[in-house]
Amino acid sequence: MDILWNSLREIITPTTAAYALAAIGLNVHFGFTGLLNFGQAGFVAVGAYGFAISVMTFGLSAPLAVAVTLVLAVLYALLLGIPTLRLRADYLAIVTIASAEIIRFALNSSAFASWTGGANGLYNEYSGWLKGSNPYPSGVLTLGPWTFTSNDLWIATVDWLVVALVAGLVYLLVSSPWGRVLKGIREDEHAMLSLGKNVNLYKLQALVIGGAIGALAGILYVQPTSVQPFDFGSRMTFNMYTMLILGGAATVFGPILGSMIFWVVMRFTDELVTVGVEAGLFDNVTQGSQLRFVLVGVALVLLVVFRPQGILGNRTELSFDAK
Amino acid sequence: MPNDPILVADGVHRHFAGVTAVDVEHLAVERGKITALIGPNGAGKTTFFNLLTGFDRPQAGSWSFDGRPVAGLAPYRVARLGMVRTFQLTKVLGRLTVLENMLLGSSRQSGEKLSYAILPLIWKSRDRSDVARAMEILGRFKLDAKAADYAASLSGGQRKLLEMARAIMSEPTMVMLDEPMAGVNPALTQSLLHHIKDLKEQGMTVLFVEHDMHMVRNVADRVVVMAEGKIIASGAPDEVLSSTAVVDAYLGAHHDTDLRKLIQEMDS
Repeated sequence: MDILWNSLREIITPTTAAYALAAIGLNVHFGFTGLLNFGQAGFVAVGAYGFAISVMTFGLSAPLAVAVTLVLAVLYALLLGIPTLRLRADYLAIVTIASAEIIRFALNSSAFASWTGGANGLYNEYSGWLKGSNPYPSGVLTLGPWTFTSNDLWIATVDWLVVALVAGLVYLLVSSPWGRVLKGIREDEHAMLSLGKNVNLYKLQALVIGGAIGALAGILYVQPTSVQPFDFGSRMTFNMYTMLILGGAATVFGPILGSMIFWVVMRFTDELVTVGVEAGLFDNVTQGSQLRFVLVGVALVLLVVFRPQGILGNRTELSFDAK
Repeated sequence: MPNDPILVADGVHRHFAGVTAVDVEHLAVERGKITALIGPNGAGKTTFFNLLTGFDRPQAGSWSFDGRPVAGLAPYRVARLGMVRTFQLTKVLGRLTVLENMLLGSSRQSGEKLSYAILPLIWKSRDRSDVARAMEILGRFKLDAKAADYAASLSGGQRKLLEMARAIMSEPTMVMLDEPMAGVNPALTQSLLHHIKDLKEQGMTVLFVEHDMHMVRNVADRVVVMAEGKIIASGAPDEVLSSTAVVDAYLGAHHDTDLRKLIQEMDS
């Protein structure tokens, strides 16, 4: 039973919240507008480093650092979007994946190490504002079957409040006429042009909004931990796509549910492997953790076979050809 | 010559790597009339459509719509001026409902601006009146029962109807239909013919590309014939369709007996 409870604990962890938020941003791109952003990790990195450097190097207050970070994310989105959104969808995919890697390598390099910490990343000297405002009693707190440190629970609370707020905002946006235009663009850009819609402007707006949400997720992601350049690789983006498809793309709660399920399954397989090692099934943990990804892969294949629209998706949408 | 042209084009030239697709010296489309653009396959009709509506750029040429120069404008700007087109291969928005397709045709919905999107108070009443208007138009096209269905579930003919209804939703002054009858069964053809005439009765100008001579004779006030990128004849349907140049254009490009029969029918 411990295995199950330990796994289910992932539902409310800060990491799950941060991934859910970044996946909500990616959903604005991919699910609603049809933009192929393969570099959401780049936006998350801009958020994490933008905030940490603003606080640690420039001594900005937390609200100001958040504002600066969001401005950086908007500029990054404009930089990516203006030259590529006029072109076919695949160009954005190439540019986003490449620029996310450029960002990661730049952050990892020793050239800017006085700001970024290079390959060592940044120790957490930037979340004092959050820990300082913690209203919970100190020590270890019990919540149902789980225990949390006071700080972890507070960070999780703030994170999920942000996720709820952003999800509400995205709901309002996508159920408005503006959101209807985004979905129209996803279906056929030429048809939307023939109806007098400035397609490139809408795509740019969607890229900026989804990217800013991704950067906000980056800020949340590093609050409980340190900043590690290794975290922001392509795997982060692909995990987000997994969550999106798992929960149901183009739904408001799909990415949140997807992130929860994803992390529960990751933890569950991890726990299974630990049990296996203890029982002498595997020679060592490395061998076991390779098996873990096999298990995750099997779970994903089963999902795509039996529920291709995701948990919350609408099956009839998939019964039609894409065009 | 038309005495009140809504669309005037001069010296429009488009070539693709040495192959001339469109080379139109002069075209004037009369306001409030139905003009058919005919010609053999590869005559450049669709390319000419794409150029006029901003979906393609010519190497040379100028044209004006309703007195305004529109050459070089982005396609969405051309559409906002009231010149709305449909496509030869229908472009319905498949994973949106029929009603949503219609609502996207509505112009000047302020809720389509990002800054107003999260304030339903500003756009809700407009959306309601748009829904009422959309349902009225869908009723005319006998699509009102399908309003809540995904557009992807419609048949080919119904998609043509939806595309036309969506174009009307934007309250255009000129509708450009690229092969509205292609792939439509004979029963629906009659209904489409009726809708095209209806557009004229509501005061819109219609320019359409068509291969079916019977239909052209039936609805068009004027006929413009293109061959090898050039306009080779224009005028009233009867005189144009009996001209030898037109017959040559069709016979020169086609050798199938069906068309011979068609022309014999027209001449008889």
